[in-house]
Order: sequence, then C-alpha cells, then structure tokens
Amino acid sequence: MSSQHVTIIKPKKIFSFADLKEIWEYRELLYFFAWRDFKVRYKQTAIGALWAIFQPFITMVVFSLFFGGLLKVPSDGVPYPIFVYTGLLFWQFFSSTLSDISNILITNQAIITKVYFPRLMLPISSVVTKILDFVIASIILVGMMIYYHYTPHLFGFILIPLFLLMTFMISVGLGLFLASINVKYRDVRYVLPFFIQLLMFVTPVIYPASIAGKYSWILAFNPLMGIIQSARASLLGTTVLNWNLVGLSFLATFILILIGIYTFKKTERYFADII
Amino acid sequence: MKPIIEIKNISKKYKINHEKGGYVTLREELTKIFRNPFVFLRKKIKQATGIEKREEFWALKNINFEVTKGEVVGIIGKNGSGKSTLLKIISQITPPTTGEIKINGTVGSLLEVGTGFHPELTGRENIFLNGAIIGMKKRDIVEKFDEIVKFAGIEKFLDTPVKYYSSGMYVRLAFSVASQMQTDILIIDEVLAVGDIDFQRKCLGKMEDIAKNQGRTILFVSHNLSAVKKLCKRSFLLEKGKIITSGETEKVLDAYLSGRSFDINGFSDLLKNDLRKDSKEDSVFKFDKIEIKNSEDKISGHVKLYEPFNIIINGHNDKLCKDFSLAFDIKSSVGVTMFNSISDSCDLITTNIPGTKKFAIKFSENYLPPGTYTIGISANGKEVLDWIPNAISFSVDPISKDSKVLSDKFDGVITHPHKWVSLN
Repeated sequence: MSSQHVTIIKPKKIFSFADLKEIWEYRELLYFFAWRDFKVRYKQTAIGALWAIFQPFITMVVFSLFFGGLLKVPSDGVPYPIFVYTGLLFWQFFSSTLSDISNILITNQAIITKVYFPRLMLPISSVVTKILDFVIASIILVGMMIYYHYTPHLFGFILIPLFLLMTFMISVGLGLFLASINVKYRDVRYVLPFFIQLLMFVTPVIYPASIAGKYSWILAFNPLMGIIQSARASLLGTTVLNWNLVGLSFLATFILILIGIYTFKKTERYFADII
Repeated sequence: MKPIIEIKNISKKYKINHEKGGYVTLREELTKIFRNPFVFLRKKIKQATGIEKREEFWALKNINFEVTKGEVVGIIGKNGSGKSTLLKIISQITPPTTGEIKINGTVGSLLEVGTGFHPELTGRENIFLNGAIIGMKKRDIVEKFDEIVKFAGIEKFLDTPVKYYSSGMYVRLAFSVASQMQTDILIIDEVLAVGDIDFQRKCLGKMEDIAKNQGRTILFVSHNLSAVKKLCKRSFLLEKGKIITSGETEKVLDAYLSGRSFDINGFSDLLKNDLRKDSKEDSVFKFDKIEIKNSEDKISGHVKLYEPFNIIINGHNDKLCKDFSLAFDIKSSVGVTMFNSISDSCDLITTNIPGTKKFAIKFSENYLPPGTYTIGISANGKEVLDWIPNAISFSVDPISKDSKVLSDKFDGVITHPHKWVSLN
C-alpha cells in the first residue's frame, strides 16, 4: 500500500505532464486492451487471423482487375498490383484507425461510466492493433515483390516508419477530434463511412497523383496524398521524392494530432456525463 | 490522525434538457436554426448573456466530510439522492462542479461488478482483463488467480467464454475479481444486490473481512440496510444531494426509515398531515399523539430488556365509527417488521361515542433485543381511517430490568427469557 499516493480532485484540470506519467502508470491496461481487441476480433471465425491477410489481398486483386486491368489506370511504370497495394497499405491503416477511434468512446461506454483510467488509453490501444495489422499486411507486399521479381528501393524501407508515423498522426488526430464530438453528436457515426469513402477518391490510392496533371497540387492539400505519394516515390521510385511535400505533410499531420489531443483532453472529463 | 479522504464543499450540477433525454443530433440543431432563425438567435444571445439559463439540476450540493484511515462508512439515501454521483466523483469518473477532494491513497471503485467483461473471452481471460480495468497489476492478478477462481467456484468453466455462463456464475466471477483489489480505499456501490442468498452471504463475509481484518477504508453504498448496519460504524444520509444526517449508523438508519429524525424521548405529536399515508383528510378518526411509558409509568424512549412498558395512543373521532379497530407494528432499524397486532373491534367499543379517545397497548415484558425500533399505527373502519407508518421511535438498551448488562456477543432477533440450569 502506498501512502504517498495523493490524488486531488478539482472541478477543472488543465493538461499537464502528470497526465503523461499517468499513462505510463497504466501501461499494463494498454496491453490488456490491445490484447482484448486482438483476441476478440477473430473469435468464432473459421480461419481466424488469416482474415488480416485476406482482406487487403482480395481488395488488391479486385482493384487490380478493374482499375489496373479493365480501366487501364496508369501506375507510373510499376506493376499495378504493387502500385495499388502500397497505397492500400497506408489507406487501410488510416481508414480503419480513424473509424475505430471515432467510435471508441461509444463502444466502451460501459467502462467509461464505471471505472476511471486515462481515457487516452482506449485510442492508443486501438492503434496498437492497427499497427499489427499493418505489419501483417506488409508481408504480402514483400511476397508480391518477389512474385513480380520487382526490386524495391531499400531506402524506402527505412522511410516506412516515418510515413507510418505520419499516417498515425493524421488518423489519431482526426479520430480523437471526431470521438470527442461523437460523445455528444452521434451524427459522426453516420457521416464517417461516407466521409472515408469520399476521401478515398480524392486521395491517390488507386491512381497516381500525376493523373490530375497540372492540378495535382490541389491534391496536396490532403496530407494523405503526400504520405502515399512519398511512400511510393521512396519505395518504388515512381517519382522523385519531394522532401518539401514530406515536410509539409508532416507539419499538417502534426497540427492535426495536436488539435485532436487538445479537443479530447478538453472534453475528456465530461465524457461520463453526456455519453 | 490525518484523514484519508477529505471532501470539501463538493457540488455537482447537471444541465437538463427538457426536449428529450439522451443525445442531440446535429440535424435537430440545424433544423431549429433554419425554421426559426430569429428565435434561435435570440435564445442563443440570452443564453450567452446569462439572461436565460438552461434549467440546472444540482445532484450534489455542498457535501463536506472526512474519512479516516480504516473506517467503513455507509452512504444511504433514496434513489436519486446523489449517492452514486458522489461515488462517481470520488472515483474520478466525473468531475465536481465546485469543491475539492483530497485523497491520500489509491482508490479502487466497484460501481458495478463485471465492468469490462467481454462475453467472447473465457473466464480465465476475463479475470485478467477485468482485473486490469479495475486497476490491478498483472502480477497481483497472477498471484491471486487461484483464490479468485476458488471463491467464484467456476473451476470447471475456466476456459469457457463467459457468454455461456449463467448469470449467477458471471456475477460470482466478477465479484471475486473485484474483491481482490488491493487499494487503500475501496468504493462499493450496490454490489451485494447480486447472486443467490448463499453468495450474498459469502460476499458480505468477504467485505467484513476486508473492512475489519485488512484495515482498509471503505465507502459503501447499499439499499441492503442490514448489510450497512453490519459493516459500517458511521453513515451518511443523503437527500436531494445534501447530507441531512450523519453519525452512528443506527441513528442514521432510523432517520432514513422514518423519513425524519426523532429525538428518542418517548413522545411524539401526530397532528401533521405529511406523516400520514393513504388516509383521507376528512376521515372520521385521527391520531393526536403517541407516548411510550416505562415500568415506572414515566414517559421515556428507552426500554430495558424484559421490562414491562406501555404504548399510549391518543386520538379523536367526530362521528361514530363502526367496526373500528386499531393496529400497530414495530420495525427494526433495518426495516424488518418484528411483529404486528390488530385489535379486536369489540375491545374498543368506546368509539361508538364521538370525542377524544385514549388507548394503551400493554407489554408485560420486552423481548426485543437492543436496538432502535419504530412504531407504526393505523386505525381502520370499513377502510383505512388513519395510518402513520412512523409514529415514534424508541430504543431498547442492552441492560435488563435487574441492571444486568447484556453480553456484547449477543446475536439474534429476540431475547427470549430463559434460564440456564445444571442438571447433574
């Protein structure tokens, strides 16, 4: 029993470094949440964790057939399946993280209204499982490269963590923001799938940014474009890696996560009252 | 000694939405703007300038108390009196609107057993998950694992998903995990309302063990008054967000049950209408006052063991009452009816003539064990004429009429007179 442990409960708490310390103290819970999500996900399924591979793989096959094969979407000289899969990898990480985090407070309502823990644990643990998915899905990319006898740029592999971090920041930032709104306005639940679908078409996932010709700069307003474009450039050498674009996208995603955390922390204390 | 919990001036305000409960949709807000933009604007301006305020509801108002280490404190009150809100504030689930709480130690709260149980996971997995959610460390869970399983009695089903559990098994497992929390302060809300009688008894035993042998501080909310009485020395009575009585559990329970706090002086005026239940205002018979007289024929709220005593009831009837009878019951401080009695109508023929009336209930010996009791009285004709559920309280002191002090090991619902005799 620790007698030094002192808690002071006051009406309003401003964001402080004590919060970070607290998250560290609760790190075991983070592990258990992630472990739960992982365990539960493939319970009562016949093929279990194979779904983590099937889903992106089949998406890639269908996209390659229709967009690459029938519609002849250009792919900057790289085999279309590899081209589209590189984009899908980041896109799926982004979209699944975003939709998961946006609804995370609602799905964990029962816990939030009954137990105290730093609420940020929930979105963080959700990201952990998504990163695992990303790693599993990346294995297919390697397999495909072997299948197509395609030699990637090794430098690109070093940069993948950077692009993953940027995707993390944008999806978590947006997710936290939407999750805070979702507590009060459940509209988020309906708007989100629609928003994600639309966003996919304005993000160069299934097509190269160069398709927009001289207007391709407009696409750069979307930080995801910068991430996917740069990932392809560095890994596949589709275009020259534009460091300015990387820097700008990084800045944008960084601002997004700050906004997300700020909104979340500001409303966090009242979640249990209005959820 | 320094208090382990210091609660200073805690209040909690909720804003109530009259249109409908639950969450608002953005669409509704938007349609409101477009339909009546000016009305909306005016309303917003009023709200912003503070002319018009949304209706506020104070769930808690100026709560102050301190708890010292090792104390077991009961919090009682009707539904909606603010008990759960208070516990939620202390467990940091929701912030107070004003005030401050200082807690010198770790807090574990059990507002609901089985929080975070996942139906798809097995019993074993849920022990770990639930343990982690309520704030236990992994090594503590591993250490206590066997004990948890044994207490819950689910050894056979450890690797079955909990969705296939019976509700009893589910709750038993949940309580077993929760009872292993090793925090300095334990906050417990209504957990004993689960499981069958056997398990409830087991839980109560476990809680007693935690409270008495492990020396931990417990805040306990329950509608199970005998549990509160058994576990807590000190209690608070909340009503409409305020502490209205605090102190010794017995007294607080008494105030709670009677709906008012009595001075135990053996005398009570019964003229007020709000004491009455199911009685018509123009009823032909009304009670006026009630008294308790001890063996020396003096008015007193204290009765000794085996001592004779009388209950004197005064009333009046303006008209003739037919088929008139009186009844009374005596309830213990946890609300259990000790006994009741209904008079035979022929014994009370005096009511054939209107006027003031006086009746006595005579007890030749008091078999009630030490404690506080509340008397309810009613008068009946063809229907209820007058009914006062909590007319007066009295206490039975642990002293017999020949001044012997009853052993503190006494237990039971009556003190039947008896003698010990050696037969050899």
